[in-house]
Parts: sequence; C-alpha cells; structure tokens
Amino acid sequence: MTAKRMIGVDVGGTFTDIFSLDLRSGAASVAKVPTSRPDQSAGFLDGIRHEAPDMGEITTVVHGTTAGTNALLERKGARTGVITTAGFRDVLEMRRRDRPRTWGLRGDFTPVVPRDLRREVPERTRADGTVETPVDLDAVRSAAAELRAAGCEAVVVLFVNAFANPENEAAAVTVLRAAWHNDHVAASSEILPEIREFERFSTTALNGYLQPEVAGYLARLETALVEGGFGGEFMIVQSNGGVMSVDTARRLPVRTALSGPAAGVIAAGYIAESAGFSNVITGDMGGTSFDVSLIANGESVLSPQTAIDFGLVIRTPMIEIATIGAGGGSIGSVDAGGLLQIGPESAGSDPGPVAYGRGNDRPTVTDANIVLGRIDAAWPLGDGLGQLDVDAARAAIETHVGQPLGLSAMDAAEAIIRVANSHMAGAIRLVSIERGFDPERFVFMPFGGGGALHAGAMIEEVGLGRALVPRYPGVTSAMGCVIADMRQDFVQTIGALAAEIDTSALAAQMQDHLDQGHRVLDAAGTEFAAREVRFEMDMAYLGQTHTVAVPLEVRVTEGRVAPLTQDALKTAFEATYRGIYGRLLAGSAIRVLNLRSTVIGKRPKFDLSSLAPAAAASVETAARGTRPVYAGGAWREAAVFDRLALPVGAQIEGPAVLEQPDATIFVEPWLAASVDAHGNILIERKEGAAR
Amino acid sequence: MSAAIDPITLAVLAGRMEQIADEMDATLFRAAFNPIIAEAHDASHGLYHADTGETLVQGKNGLPIFVGVMAFAVKAVIDKAAEQGGPQDGDVWIFNDAHIGGTHLSDMRLVRPYFRDGELFCWLASVGHWHDVGGAVPGNYNPSATEVFQEAVVVPPVRLLKGGDVQTDIRDILMRNTRLPLSAEGDLNGQLGALDLGVKRLDALLDEYGGETVGAALSTLSNRAETLLREEVGRLPDGRWEAQDFLDNDGISDTALPVKVALEVHGDRLKLDFTGTAGQAAGPINIARPTAIACVYVAIKHIFPTLPANAGVMRPIEIEIPEDCLLSAEFPAPTGGYTETILRMIDVIFSAAAQAAPERVVANAYGTINALSIAGRRSDGSRWVMFSFYGGGHGASNAGDGLNHGNAPISMATIPPVEILEAAYPVVFREWALRPDSAGAGAHRGGLGAIYEIEVLEENGAEAFFFGERGRFPPKGIAGGGDGALNRFDYEQADGWQQPPLASKMVGIRLDRGQRVRLQTPGGGGYGPAAERDPAKVARDVRLGYMTADRADQCHGTAWREIEQ
Repeated sequence: MTAKRMIGVDVGGTFTDIFSLDLRSGAASVAKVPTSRPDQSAGFLDGIRHEAPDMGEITTVVHGTTAGTNALLERKGARTGVITTAGFRDVLEMRRRDRPRTWGLRGDFTPVVPRDLRREVPERTRADGTVETPVDLDAVRSAAAELRAAGCEAVVVLFVNAFANPENEAAAVTVLRAAWHNDHVAASSEILPEIREFERFSTTALNGYLQPEVAGYLARLETALVEGGFGGEFMIVQSNGGVMSVDTARRLPVRTALSGPAAGVIAAGYIAESAGFSNVITGDMGGTSFDVSLIANGESVLSPQTAIDFGLVIRTPMIEIATIGAGGGSIGSVDAGGLLQIGPESAGSDPGPVAYGRGNDRPTVTDANIVLGRIDAAWPLGDGLGQLDVDAARAAIETHVGQPLGLSAMDAAEAIIRVANSHMAGAIRLVSIERGFDPERFVFMPFGGGGALHAGAMIEEVGLGRALVPRYPGVTSAMGCVIADMRQDFVQTIGALAAEIDTSALAAQMQDHLDQGHRVLDAAGTEFAAREVRFEMDMAYLGQTHTVAVPLEVRVTEGRVAPLTQDALKTAFEATYRGIYGRLLAGSAIRVLNLRSTVIGKRPKFDLSSLAPAAAASVETAARGTRPVYAGGAWREAAVFDRLALPVGAQIEGPAVLEQPDATIFVEPWLAASVDAHGNILIERKEGAAR
Repeated sequence: MSAAIDPITLAVLAGRMEQIADEMDATLFRAAFNPIIAEAHDASHGLYHADTGETLVQGKNGLPIFVGVMAFAVKAVIDKAAEQGGPQDGDVWIFNDAHIGGTHLSDMRLVRPYFRDGELFCWLASVGHWHDVGGAVPGNYNPSATEVFQEAVVVPPVRLLKGGDVQTDIRDILMRNTRLPLSAEGDLNGQLGALDLGVKRLDALLDEYGGETVGAALSTLSNRAETLLREEVGRLPDGRWEAQDFLDNDGISDTALPVKVALEVHGDRLKLDFTGTAGQAAGPINIARPTAIACVYVAIKHIFPTLPANAGVMRPIEIEIPEDCLLSAEFPAPTGGYTETILRMIDVIFSAAAQAAPERVVANAYGTINALSIAGRRSDGSRWVMFSFYGGGHGASNAGDGLNHGNAPISMATIPPVEILEAAYPVVFREWALRPDSAGAGAHRGGLGAIYEIEVLEENGAEAFFFGERGRFPPKGIAGGGDGALNRFDYEQADGWQQPPLASKMVGIRLDRGQRVRLQTPGGGGYGPAAERDPAKVARDVRLGYMTADRADQCHGTAWREIEQ
C-alpha cells in the first residue's frame, strides 16, 4: 500500500486551509494558501500539493465547500425550469405568506425560478395518495421542450401531495430524463418525500438551481486531482456534519448549504471530546458575523431546515448555527437616543477596520482590540496588511463613540468591546440557557481568527465553565473534514395514527432506507470503523401542531429490520413526551407524521496528540516580553507569548497575550491559561478570582 | 428610579431585558397547544411599569398589535389590585375583557406583579389567542354578533393565582366555557410557564446588576425612545394632512363606514385626530379605545421601524378619538372583527403621512384579515373546522415594488401548507396562485394578491363563514400610485356562482359535495405615477403574467411594447 495520507480542504473567502494527516505515523500538519478566484480549484490544488507533492499517496480528500451557499446568496445558479400541478405554479413565489422583517413593510422577493419558467400540467394526487388525475405526459413533453428552448439547464417536477404517492412525479420524471439534454432532472419526491409543499418544492428547486454550478465545480476539482495522480476517494461535507461521496453531492448539492461551518463544528466537538469535554459551545467570529453552535453529550444539535436568505428555504437536517451580526468588522456608533450600537453595519474585511488604512473611517470591533493593545499593531494578522495604523483607529473611536458618550478614547474602546461581548453572549444564551442547557457545564470553543480574543468575556458574561482554544483555531473546518463520519439522512411522511399504523409497511420503509444507506457506504471504497443506524419518528397527540422527535429502538438482525408493534410506538412516544413536557395527555390519540432514518459509517479517528508541541518546547523560549494592554479601565503590563512554542503543561497567569500566525488569545487579568496534552489552551478563572 | 446610568451598562441591559421578553415568547410558542399561538405566534410578553403599567420592554417576536395594547391590560389590573388591597407576590390576574384590555375576547391576558426585596418592581404579562372561548361560533369570529355575549364568555380581571396558589374555582369556570378545554388548558399552562420564566430571569438580572441600576436603565430607555421619536418627527415638515377611507359595512346593515384621520406635525410633536370617523357600529367591527391607541403605535413603528418597543415612543403623540365612535366602542358592543378596523386605521395613517413625507411611507397593503371558516361533520359524526386567514399584496414604496402575497401589517402569521390542510380536512384546493392584475399600478407597483379556490369533498357537505373587508373600497396607492384590486369572494350553489350581499361578510353558506368557494384577495397600492414606470419593468410584468397586456396599455401606455424580450 503506497497511499497513506488523508487531506481535508476548506475553501474560505480569503484563504484555502489544508489539514493533512499521515495515516501511518499519525502525524498531522496544516497549511494556508490564498484562495484563487474566480476558479477556486487552482488554490485547492496548490494547497494539496503544498502538503502532499505526490498525490498518488493520498487515500482520501474531503472538502468543505461554500460554492453552493455563495451561488444562492449571489443568485448565480443555473436557469431552472419547473413543471408543476395545474393551479399551483406560484407556490415557490407565494412562500408561506411571510415577510422579510416585522417592521417597515418594505422589501420584495424574487424566486430563483421566474414565473414564465414555471409550467403547469394536468395531474392531481389527493392527500391520501389517491391519484385523482393521472399526469398528462404529452403536456410534460411539450413543457420540457419549451423550457429547454427558453435556455433552462435544469428542470424539476413539483407535484402537490407527491409525498403521499410519487406515481405521477415518477412518470413525469421518466419522460423528462429521456428527453432532457443533461442529467439535471429531479422530482420533489426524490429529494424530500415529506409533507408541506412549499418546503419540499423550495428544497427541490434550489437543488436544481445549484446542480449545474456545483456539479461543474466538483467535476473540475476531481479532474484536476486525477490529473495530479490522485487515485483515492473524493468526498464532500454535508450540512448535517457528515460526509457524502462526490457523486451524491453532484446529485444533492442542496445538502452542501452549510458544508464549511458544519465541518468546523464537527472538529470542535472532536477536539473537546479528546480533551475530556463532551458539552461544547462553539463560537466562530468572522468579519461580519459571529456563529454559535451547541454540542451536548458529544452530539451536535441539528435543525430540520434553514433559510439561506428570505424565502430561500432548504429543508434537510443541518447543524444548528445561530448567527448574529457582530464580527471584527462590525461598526460601533452612537444613535440619536444616545445608545451605543455595534453593527449591523460592517466594514467586513474590505475595506476592513480603520487601522487597515483602506478607506473606512468608522471604528470597528477590531479597531477597539488594536487600540486596547490586545492585537499587536506591530505584528499584524493576515497577509500584506503591513503596519496597522493605531492612531487612526484611536481617532475614529474618539470621534464616533468617545465624544458622543463623554468617554476617553480608551474607555470608549473598552465600551465597544463590552457591548460587542454582550451581543455575542446573547447569541450563546440563545442556544444554551433558552434551550434549557446550563452554561456552567459547557466549555466555550472559539475558532476562526477573532473569537479567542473574546473567550474570557464569554466565561464572565454567560457563566460558561471554561474556554478551550484549539491549537490551530484558523483551520478548524479543514480538520473537521478529516474527522467527519459518512452520513445519510432519509425522510418519508407516513401520516397515520399510532394505533392503526401498518407495522409491516413501516418496517419495509425502514428496510428501504437502511438498504439505500448501506449501498452508499459500500460504494464509498473507504474503511469504516463501525456502522450505525438510527430511526426516529415525528409524533404528536392528535390535534397538536408541534411534533416531537421520538427515537425508536429497532432490532436489526443480519441486515433485516424487525417490525415494531403499535404498542412499542406508543411507549416510545410517551417516554419522549414525558421527558419534554413532564406529563401525558390521557385518552388522546397519537399521530405519526414522518419517519426519519440515519445511516452512519464511522470513520477511524486519529490521535490529536500528534498536534501537540514538541517535547523541547519551554515557556522561556516562547516568551516575547511584555506590552501594555488596557483592561478594566487601566493600563496593565501583559506578558506576551508565542502560543505555538509553549510546552505541554505551561501555566500562564493573566493578563497575558498569546499570539500565533492566524489568531490572538487574550487572557484577562482574572483568568489563567494552561496548555493541555494536545496543545489546546484551556482558560479558567484564577483560583478564588472575582472581578 | 434614579436617572443616572453609564452608557455601557445601559446598552448591555437593553439587550438583556429584551432577551428576557423574547425568551418568554419562545417558551409559550413551544408549549402552546393551539396553532394560532404555536404557528402564527398570536401572543406577546413584556415588562411593564410598576405604577403606570406603561410598556418598558416587549418581545420582538410577538404579534405587532400587542406592542402597546398590553399597557392597558396591565393598567386595568393595577386598578383592580388597588381595589383589592394591592398585589401580593405570587398573584396572577387573568382576563379577556376587550373593552378594558383591548383587541378581542379570544386574547387571554395573564398579569403578574414582580417583587424585589418586598417591593413591587414591575409587572410581567402574557397574552395569547386561545382557540375557543365559548360564544355562538367556534373560534369566536362571529360576523353577525351585536353584543360581546354572542362572541365569547367575558372574563373580567380576576385572580387565578393568589400568593402562588391556583384558585381552582376560576380555572373550572374557564375550562367549562370552551369547546376545546384540552387546548385551553395547554395554552394556560404555557402562559403561566412563560411568566415563571420571566420571574426567574429577572431575579438573575437583578442579582447581577442590582435593582437600582436596572430601574435606572428602564427609565432611561423610555426617555431614549421618546428622544428618538422626537428626532424622527422633527424631520417631517410642519402641517396638517387628512385622509379618509371606508369599511364596507358592519356585517349587519349594508352601510359604508368612514375612517378618517387628520395628522398634524408641530415641530417634534405629532397629533392624530380621528374626528369624522363613523359612530359605534351594531356589528363586530368596533374597537375599544385601548386598541385604537395601540394601533397608532403599530402604524408609527412601521413608518419609523428602528424605534424601540416601549411607551416612551407614545409621549410626544396626542391622539383624539371622539366619544360614541367606532374607535372608542363601549361595553357590550361586539369587537370580534377588530382586525379589519385597525388595518383601516393603519391605511389612513399611511395615506396621511404619505402627503407629508412619501419617502417614509409604504402604500396600503391588502387591508383585510380574510377569516374564512369551512366546517361540517364527517360521516362518523366528528366535527371539523378549517379556519384560516388568507394573504394579499403589500404596498409599494420609494424603495421598490410591494411584496407579493404577504401577511397583514398587524401580524407575522404564516399560512398553513395546502398539503397539511388537505390531509386534515375533507377539502381539495383547485387553485393556490398569484392574482394577475391585482396590484396597484405606479412607478413602483404594489405586491400581488392571491387566488384560493377550495372544493368540498365531504359527502355531508359543509357550511362556510366569511369575515373580510375591502370588497367595495380598494387599498390605496400613495404619491400618485394607483389602487389595488378589490377583495372578491364567490361561492358555488346549485344555480351557479354567487357573491355575498354584503360583499365581504357572510354566515351559514351551505355547500354540497363538489361545490367550491373562490377567494381573490387585493394587491397592494402603487407608489408614484404609473406613467413613470420603467417600460422594461412593465414588459417584464406582462411576460411573467403579473399583468395582462390590456391592463399594461391602460396603466402605462404602450412604450413597453417596444422593449426587446
């Protein structure tokens, strides 16, 4: 066996991050190269060559991509046609009758498929699955011809009640596949056989809209990899935090919507677990936003759907990420009522903070961190930024925040940080306290470049137990690519009373999901450490609106699913319901809405101690002297260290600044930091420290 | 409450308190049984002033109309508590009387005093729309009511909890007066849970910051809201602008009812005078004075969307509403259809403000809640009621065209999916589409209304109830923009399609299996003269079928025909 290396690649707006794992020695290494534009594949290939000049020795490349998200946000998907039930061509445009914002009544909505590319055909299925009108296949053929003549690259079939009986959709799609000039053809029952027409149609239409773009991008990457001598498996991270084969990704590009961020959360969970913490809140601070996610008992919280933008709804399980508009580039200002505001306006990374000297003159959160001495002006982050202009940053803070509030420039800078911290803390409370999780039991893990500056403040504001800064916070998503398991999620709407459900039909449906899942794992050509199957049902009392997700104990013997009894369904529902609401409703019938199945191929994990600092490291060689840092209304002399040069077991008392090429950690005066066996920095309150 | 607080603590506390109210909202949305709260979020929570009941902080995600109206509910409880010897820790009052608390009888209000170190610090309140509160019609939308007693059971402010103990007598009366006790009990528990959570979160906040600091923050935030509104109003020109519109009728007699406003700007002060509005009506489109005042707040906040949600905003606004008015109805006048009247108030306020500053305002939205209920019995005898509100177009603004098929300005409710409705009820939708030619023309056009056509499948047939508006007077454009299309409701009978004699309201329409109803909702008003619309946009609207070629010619001339497609 010559192949011996596994590579994770995360392509961001500025940098392409590479995480490389040598499968024989367990050694890992990381690299950052500039992202190439407009075609990201050049940077992608450069990055891989940097780590593995001989691509023949790579077994697996796993990619976390934002290609799909960006195509949606910039509305750069393919011209897509819709063939739908007569009377329903406007479902995509009518949404669920919502509006973009509560107040103001402004703003409209442009669907990804314009009205003239949505064609109706005679057909109708009833809610119970009865076909009332068989699909008119001649009408399908002529609609397809017209859509093709209108320049459509993808076409989707969206029929009402197709979740209950896919017969009409299947007949239409068979005709289409024979007639269409490429393979970008799909029906809603293939993508998401779940009740609720807008959510199913939207997910299917967005999939079609993304397919040509994402499939083309992945094909370019794959071709380049093969030409470079790569003969292994190429896989893509899904929004649910698992990976899928590149073939699946080409068919279901809509599942990549949160690919990049999901990979980061997976890595954070693994790093924390390895360090002995199974409850984690992650915080990814970028230029314009702060993304928070929660991992409880080692499991990421998933949400069933998300809107990428107003009206662009994707329904597929995704790692739940709460986002607020407070990033390093968020602008601080004082409103007419005298209140200090952070964001939502942002200078982003271009023009960026005032200190970058690229034309922005309004103070940002990063400017405040620079003025306070927490970011070293002489040793800036990132490429080609040269010397940061501290004086300009201080002047901007004085003018826009200090004077209106009657504060000195330094106190105004500290005020900006405090209010930004308070917004970030609010996002953390939203995913923890508001969901019934006690923050004291959680460790905060910042990743991305900026989050580690605010880790101490999160401990104080939210009452989090401690913070853990991974050794390479800037490449967490790339690392997650290498760690993620292979995962397939399935859904099928059932729509029956628990007391009347056909249990053998249900078992057959479970069997079908299981078989599909195993086929995908078998085809992957990768070794799995284990396989795992989970079944869950959305259930409720008859008449209730919100369903609860009920995990089912299902016996699988030699690959065959054993049917559950109706009583077992009832017992499982009641156990879950009692756990959530504390009591049952006697005498009410129980309804089963959807079956959800998950098939996971567990990948072998690697030992994070390969990332740990060298044995020869010492605190003395890591020390870089001191510099003044403003905190708590006064200048203090903070010790400065080269973070990557600190040895395992090092203990650093705050105030201190720990620097590495792509991130800075600020240890506040009342905190202490230590280096754990994997090179992570653990930040905790000093013994008996009170502020 | 002292007045001095440092600006940083203020900014932090503003966010923390808003989050408490938001979390109370979220708690009820999750726990509620009925979809009107759980899905449509017809509920609200907040913190209110200890002495005056003024709104201090209110959640972001509750129904917009409740922002403002809850202050009256809390004040009613403050007055009641004073009669009863003052509030005690652990007391919770409950009531739905719309004449003292605003909106309609479906909205059940719970009000609880919050004590700190033995002293009343503020009030917490929760309001939610229950599925059924008795009365003549399931769901309480009775278009033929002439007294509140035909709408629902009326509950005055009474103590459901005394010192933390549930008064089961009160609870028993409530649960015996609803068709859906299970749903009502679930909602009531959810509301009590939200209040408990509010108390817990406030305790933690006050432990951390101290009562004096939090109190100072609350009064500073009210003053700040007042300052912000004065700043906004000060940018408007001084003057007086009038606007008048009409409600189709009151559901009893076929007479149009004027709703009129005169808007005056004097420096940084605002006056709204509703003199000239119709008198108290026989039918259920009356509103009580608290509802009218809260509605002014909703309109103002739509015009100035960044204003905070607290009572300070209302201080520079003078509101004049005559006695014996549609907008100041007295007990026991029916108020079930209050939504129609406040939507019309918002329309006239927008139309008046548009004369002062068209760039700050949007044209009229579709202007009716369109409550349509189709109900009957299945062959097994079980009762079914499909009750929903339907959407329409939003108004255009200087920023662009209006939104197609939006929700009402007083609500953030979404519409249930066709597939959920068809799975639950014996009906099939024949059409669910945008309505061509329904938008008001203009330099920017309004959003399109919708067409919903529903066929009854149940062999026993069904009965339909319809409560709408805008059947005779269309949503208006502003700044020279055109009007949206009229609301139109048709129903099928053995001798063909019919329309209600009162255009937009009707009870007891008998439908046989296979018969249909068809609702075509208004689009929004336009902004600016239609002649100024970019011909390329007209051509696009025709190509997409938003507009027929004939109507394009009529509204915009024929220049669009020269555009290459």
